Amino acid sequence: MRQQEIETDVLIVGGGTAGCFAAITLGREKGLRVLVAEKANISRSGCLAAGVNAINAYITEGKTPQDYVEYAKEDADGIVREDLLLSMSERLNHVAEEMERLGLVILKDEQGKYVTRGERNIKINGENIKPLLAQAVREQENVTVMNHVNMTDYIVDQNRIYGAIGFDVNQEIFYYIKARAVICTAGGAAGLYRPNNPGFSRHKMWYCPFNTGAGYAMGIRAGAEMTTFEMRFIALRCKDTIAPTGTIAQGVSAKQLNSKGEIYEQRYGIKTSQRVYGTVMENRAGRGPCYLKTDGISRKQEQDLYKAYLNMAPSQTLKWIESGKGPREENVEIEGTEPYIVGGHTASGYWVDNQRQTTIRGLFAAGDVAGGCPQKYVTGALAEGEIAAESVCVFLRETEKNTGDLKQEAQAAQREMRMREFAGRKKQEYERYLSNQAGVLSTEQLEETMQKLMDQYAGGISTGYCYSESSLLVVQKKLPFLEKLANGLSAKDMDDLLRIYELRERLTVCKVVVAHLLARKETRWHSFAENLDYPKKHPKWQKYINSRMERGKIQIIVRELVTGGDVYEHSNTG
Amino acid sequence: MSIQIRDESCIGCGRCVEVCPGNLLKQDASGKAYIRHERDCWGCTSCIKACRSGAILFFLGADIGGGGSTLSVEKKGDLNLWNITTPQGSIRQIAVNPKESNQY
Repeated sequence: MRQQEIETDVLIVGGGTAGCFAAITLGREKGLRVLVAEKANISRSGCLAAGVNAINAYITEGKTPQDYVEYAKEDADGIVREDLLLSMSERLNHVAEEMERLGLVILKDEQGKYVTRGERNIKINGENIKPLLAQAVREQENVTVMNHVNMTDYIVDQNRIYGAIGFDVNQEIFYYIKARAVICTAGGAAGLYRPNNPGFSRHKMWYCPFNTGAGYAMGIRAGAEMTTFEMRFIALRCKDTIAPTGTIAQGVSAKQLNSKGEIYEQRYGIKTSQRVYGTVMENRAGRGPCYLKTDGISRKQEQDLYKAYLNMAPSQTLKWIESGKGPREENVEIEGTEPYIVGGHTASGYWVDNQRQTTIRGLFAAGDVAGGCPQKYVTGALAEGEIAAESVCVFLRETEKNTGDLKQEAQAAQREMRMREFAGRKKQEYERYLSNQAGVLSTEQLEETMQKLMDQYAGGISTGYCYSESSLLVVQKKLPFLEKLANGLSAKDMDDLLRIYELRERLTVCKVVVAHLLARKETRWHSFAENLDYPKKHPKWQKYINSRMERGKIQIIVRELVTGGDVYEHSNTG
Repeated sequence: MSIQIRDESCIGCGRCVEVCPGNLLKQDASGKAYIRHERDCWGCTSCIKACRSGAILFFLGADIGGGGSTLSVEKKGDLNLWNITTPQGSIRQIAVNPKESNQY
């Protein structure tokens, strides 16, 4: 492999929603060199590839940011960071306006005010939202974008970050990127559990299947503290296409209906997890399949739904047209997805302070990788990208003051040696896969095995999302064996290498998910974490479950909640 | 769900390969695009929007209700014209104006 070294001030890992907005924000700091490393192409990469149908996190007239905090806290049954939620909520409207300035179409009334949908949403045409963000990134003179570069590891020395390592997904190039600060915006983790349609259509419009948990895995391996990985996210979606349901539920006020013709959502509650749980329970009681009640909507509403889905999840419109029956004639069947780890919806992710700095000095996190702050949606991810970018500027100014003495220079030379040794080992690791003899096992087989194990023993679709301590212990034992098998995989080109690393990232994330599920000995959120040994919630667990990888072992850290007006600051970072 | 690239229409520009968020598309020795990971497509239609020659069609797998129809999109003035073509060849077109907000 050819080695290429790059030096920058700020490295952004992942050019999705949060990453692009962080880059745009840093575009104001002309003196800083900023590099975005993206494994696909920022034009359409990440969650917004097909578009988005509404802005779902917005402070509508008469509401306050604190109201949004309360909503998210209630939905997560208390396990949130109120400081993070508030600092995000205060920026939701500002970033929506910024997006409008970048060209996003937002529906306005005659007075020029945004038209709202429900309590926290505004109406847009978001088909081109990602190209708009990408264009704005490209316009920043001090920002360089490297598309098709996949980062695999941070360069960390004595708990301070100095850059990252990765490879080109098409050519045999090894990247050694030195940076004074890093923002991780690599997205959540899909593909941990066996999917709804494990065959031909295993990937679907929700959630981005190319978000493979790289951001989490890099942090876990580098010893960053993680939070709330036991709060999995399961989405209630249109059957088969797994297209979002909010557009139907809120757009035409469709209720959840069982096969007996009963509206069942009130029986279980309308929190995000309860909507999934209710559907699971109705099916179990023999009252499935379940639907969103759309029959009887007007012809115009049906047409509008066709268009709305083309701007976000075209498969659903195709399905309606192809079946010959639209939502006006036939209710839309719904089902839960397999579980995901995604900090934009639930509270899983890096344990960060209010500036979005992780427990590794100089490493910041925003969007789906950042924990403690659920219900982000698009605007929340943008807001966190902005906060992280602003915090990086403050961090760099402060570290600049402390550099330059001779003792430090000597230390820096030693550190550089250690970093190069580490990079050398990683390069050998990549090259080993490229030179391994192909055996009988493939990356795809191991991925399917991991998904099967997680499904059966860690609460996937097949068990109705339920698990027990004994089932978790089974999968806990098997994951390291899969990791060992993965070491023997062979890559005939860089594309194969990418798939191997995606598998490795997922295996790392799975191990942490299982450790967290074992640690929370209660059922606080039905379906999201349905523990059969402890079917009720308990006040004792009104706490965060955090974890840190130390010498290859996952250590659980239980922390007190940060509530009220308290703001959490890291105390353990050097 | 996945896509089909019509060899006869592909002009080998590589725009679909460049834009695919999953790095699923590649070009063969003659420059023609093909999908290397057919089962990994998630139906975002980014490649279809990037294609200049209308060579790419989206379809639903039979496992999720697909019956052989295809979806493509072309730009006409300000409009995105989405075409759904049945196996029998009949076409249904839905025009979406990107400057108009969704109603939901």
